[in-house]
Amino acid sequence: MFDVTRRQFGAGLGAVVLSATMAGNRAEAQGVSRRGGTLTMALPTEPPTLVSLTTTAQSAVILSAKVTEGLLTYDFDLNPQPQLATAWSMTPDGLRYTFKLRQGVKWHDGHDFTSADVAFSLMLLKKVHPRGQSTFQNLENVETPDADTAVLVLSKPAPYLLTAMLAAESPIVARHIYEPSGDAVSANPNERAPIGTGPFMFKEWVHGSHAMYERNPSYWDPGKPYIDRFVARFMTDAAARSISLETGEVDIAGWSPVPLTDVKRLSQLPNLVIETRGNEYQNNLFYRIEFNTENKYFRDVRVRQAVAHAIDKRLVLRIVFLGYGVVANGPVSPNLKAFFDPDLPTNAYDPKFAEKLLDEAGLPRGANGIRFSVHQEAQMGAAADIAQYTKDALRRIGIDVTVRTEDISSYVRRLYTTREFDFSAQGSTQMFDPTVGTQRFYWSRNIHHGVPYSNGAAYASADADRALEAAAVEVDPARRKQDFFRFQQIVNTEVPAIGLVAQSQITIANRRVVNHTVTADGVSANYAEVYLNG
Amino acid sequence: MADGRPGMMLRRSLNLVELVARRVLDAIPTVLGIIVIDFILLRFVPGDAADAMAGESGAATAQTMAALRARFGLDLPAMEQLWRYLTNLAHLNLGISPRYNIEVATLIGERLPATLLLMLVAFVIAFTAGLLLGMLMTVYARRLPDRVAAGVSMLFYSIPSFWIALMLIVLFSVHLGWLPSGGTGLIGAAPRGLLETVLSKIRYMTLPALSLALAYVGIYARLTRTAMMEVRSQDYVRTAVAKGVAPFWVVLRHILRNALIPVTTVAGMHLGGMLGGAVVVETVYSWPGLGSLAFEAVVGRDFNVLLGILLMSSLVVIVVNIGVDLLHAWLDPRLNAG
Repeated sequence: MFDVTRRQFGAGLGAVVLSATMAGNRAEAQGVSRRGGTLTMALPTEPPTLVSLTTTAQSAVILSAKVTEGLLTYDFDLNPQPQLATAWSMTPDGLRYTFKLRQGVKWHDGHDFTSADVAFSLMLLKKVHPRGQSTFQNLENVETPDADTAVLVLSKPAPYLLTAMLAAESPIVARHIYEPSGDAVSANPNERAPIGTGPFMFKEWVHGSHAMYERNPSYWDPGKPYIDRFVARFMTDAAARSISLETGEVDIAGWSPVPLTDVKRLSQLPNLVIETRGNEYQNNLFYRIEFNTENKYFRDVRVRQAVAHAIDKRLVLRIVFLGYGVVANGPVSPNLKAFFDPDLPTNAYDPKFAEKLLDEAGLPRGANGIRFSVHQEAQMGAAADIAQYTKDALRRIGIDVTVRTEDISSYVRRLYTTREFDFSAQGSTQMFDPTVGTQRFYWSRNIHHGVPYSNGAAYASADADRALEAAAVEVDPARRKQDFFRFQQIVNTEVPAIGLVAQSQITIANRRVVNHTVTADGVSANYAEVYLNG
Repeated sequence: MADGRPGMMLRRSLNLVELVARRVLDAIPTVLGIIVIDFILLRFVPGDAADAMAGESGAATAQTMAALRARFGLDLPAMEQLWRYLTNLAHLNLGISPRYNIEVATLIGERLPATLLLMLVAFVIAFTAGLLLGMLMTVYARRLPDRVAAGVSMLFYSIPSFWIALMLIVLFSVHLGWLPSGGTGLIGAAPRGLLETVLSKIRYMTLPALSLALAYVGIYARLTRTAMMEVRSQDYVRTAVAKGVAPFWVVLRHILRNALIPVTTVAGMHLGGMLGGAVVVETVYSWPGLGSLAFEAVVGRDFNVLLGILLMSSLVVIVVNIGVDLLHAWLDPRLNAG
């Protein structure tokens, strides 16, 4: 009750001030009206930790940046914007990056934030972050000439590095907290009760229920954050998430939180809005069919091409994703506009041609019309629906498919450790750059048995390797783009995998929540800008 | 004969102590067997905690996975892992969850009260409603109220609990807006005073407890009816009616008390089984109990946590069984003699 009164009073005051004076007072007046309230978010799983340092589980990624910030943040076109760094520059050879750090920033426990924290964090990320080992592989060391300057020294150029500095991807943690725990990073108490520089301070984590954060009153950006409290509720049931958005018990949920069949109904409710931006950084929900190129049928490139020609991607988009997304052509998401090759040859839907390829491969239809039988693996969810469609589509060209739907652990164990699979339908994240997000699936030096989301196809092509390796160290953006174009053409010819659909990330929010999606990281941003209306 | 009554009482309570002691001793190999069987069964589940965490992250490195496995002994031979687990258990140590880096005992301790509360409330609702409905059905046997009650109880029994749960939410939370659709309380706003605390608990408790209870109401109603119908035709009931006992007391003392034996036997078994139902109900209502923890532990291959929960629930079943035995001894002293 008090909150509403105060906000109404603030809004009234804002109107008076605006009409009486010029725009100079606007920011302050809005500051008054924007303050206050609790924002409640629904998460589909409980995160293993509250810092995305040793894990990139989606829930941890969403929560991490509320407390733990990064050097930079990014607009929807992935242009860097200041966060803990206020200025940055790179030498022309791409081997030295200098970051000027924001002054007067303090950790939530009162210690000063300095370049030593940055140096420590980046070297730690290189060691323990699931993607850090590859993102920071060329990072030799970080020099700290003074407390406000960090200089990254590289052995080879890393053209994607300036885009990798997001809070959720490369969190900057406090050295004085992590140094004592040495290598046992995940056992550090900070993983469960984080201390950061961010707009929100950790308050409590009730297992199975929620995590709660309070406003940081001495945040470096004065007046922000606007909301008093941020609550993340762990709700594993999709129907329950859908209902609590509808009843207003939850204000916001990201990453397509409800069944796609519910989206249309929810979008028609007067209290809810749908937002599809905020996936530009992570490029999550990219769906592919991946072949085991060691399989006796899929070893033959003609068989893989045949499967590609037998699948109608537009139909997949329509029936599995109800149109929420775009058709993909090749290994790189079309949403990565800086790298996607728009003139890539398509393996167009042509079942007759597919049958011709299979005949040429020496796999004629048998007496029952079947050429051969294979198993397709799929994790539960959209991938399983894709697999069901594939089964139907391939039956028409004489391939008999048995779909095995599994939970995540069984699925990764089968694909990457026991390798008892023929082909699979898979959703993965593409990230902001193909060297970081795409290379791992196609690079022959990333065939690591036992490591999930490595090169599961066991695809080894000297040409593709060369293109990827050139792009990984190419400083000139135009030439780098050409390297990636070449890579995409090779993959679309040799088809170790078939790109299908880049699904839209859907955020559903209550109308009263303003500024929930202002940067490329969407709901994973720090929420300093978010405020509540009425 | 002269000292008959006190002597009987003494012998009875001695018998009870002996009964409990015997049951507790019997329980030890049972519990040990349960642990070993659970452990072996979990070996057959593909993937471990490192796989689950890497899969959930969508990225991993061989080094970090190996480090995690080494830290929690996931890379040891199965027999050695079992021996380690049993040794820890002998020191009353349930181990550490690889996923959360917290003591399993702490995790379970945090979640146990929520589940026990949910189970007990649901059980009391189910048992009371089932008993009343069953009595109603017996009294009006083969007449309209009996038929209607039979239909309703059959309906509740056959509808899956997740559907009941969702329909209750749609009715009471979405359409009527009377009750919250999930959670255990208003987060961040501690209720003031005892009355408000209790009222808030009831508001959040009603739907999950009803969802869990409704299926059992049907079972108890039908069981009660069957048992009471059988007892009703016994000679001693006719005798009681003939000697002029009021119908109400005939039903309560002579019929119901004897009919309770089969009902309580089944109910005792259900109390353990309710934990299984709690997995579904707790997931739908985001209820932070053992059921949802068990579900997450399976998905996350957090086997230390899962073994801890299985051990805990087997202990609950054993305690409940002892309780039922004691109850039977009280309901029907003849059972004790055997």
